[in-house]
Amino acid sequence: MTGTEINSCTEALRLLAAHLDGELGGHAHSEMERHLRTCRSCFSRAEFEARLKASIAGLAQEPVPPELSQRVHTLLREFTVAGGD
Amino acid sequence: MADVATAQMNRTDQSWFADQVAKLLPDLYGGAIRLCRDRTDGEDLVAETVAKAWEALPGLRTRDAFRGWIFRILTNTYISQYRSSRAQGDVDSLDADGEAFSLFEHVHQPILLWWGNPEQDFLNGLLREDLVQAIDQLPDTLRTVVVLVDVQALSYREAAVAMGVPIGTVRSRLARARSQLQKTLWDDAHDAGIRTRQSPSQREEKPDDRD
Ligand SMILES: [Zn+2]
Repeated sequence: MTGTEINSCTEALRLLAAHLDGELGGHAHSEMERHLRTCRSCFSRAEFEARLKASIAGLAQEPVPPELSQRVHTLLREFTVAGGD
Repeated sequence: MADVATAQMNRTDQSWFADQVAKLLPDLYGGAIRLCRDRTDGEDLVAETVAKAWEALPGLRTRDAFRGWIFRILTNTYISQYRSSRAQGDVDSLDADGEAFSLFEHVHQPILLWWGNPEQDFLNGLLREDLVQAIDQLPDTLRTVVVLVDVQALSYREAAVAMGVPIGTVRSRLARARSQLQKTLWDDAHDAGIRTRQSPSQREEKPDDRD
């Protein structure tokens, strides 16, 4: 994938997921950026996928129920006491 | 003297660990619930993960790697203890079943374009619950990769280590997972009938639900 130019939408779409995941290296990354700046269709697609990905990332955190907080807190205290000698 | 230094180091490590765990607890619980699809199991998984992480702490190379590292422990614990053995079919040997499904291509229909922005409308209409249900419906292996990469933002490398598979497998599982996820979102929206616009003939009668 090194040194390739992204000259087609097919190629851009093939790399889009890795691009949005931040997994494209230097040259491929800048090639992708270039394509997205100049190709309206891929840009719309990228924007859509990025927003969907962001919505899914919004599920990352879940309010921790007090019982779980307490349980973890107790665990940590046990470890600290046991390991502190 | 050496003992004092060691004890102090330990205490520093201990309080650092406790801080990190406290900070990441909502993430760990979020990840655990999405993997287990059950709150009680999710709580147990988090508690077990914290206990195992404590024991494994001396093996943590750099503190920067903590998040990926503890999610690896969470994933391993999930795979070994919670995942039903039935669910561990060899998904990787199956070929991608036909074309990948693209939600964008389904939503982005020329006939809808002059009416507004169907993609934005679709995304704006997506509820947290829709996403949760779509993720829950994924088969186990695919759900795991989505939880690690899409929900918890782990890198491909971190996800690969967590799942004990090559990076190429992470890529292919991700592609299949996203395709299935998008198809579920589309089918659900279609079934609900709320995000599919009316046919052109009906449309003129309903001009005012924009903005
Ligand atoms: Zn393009």
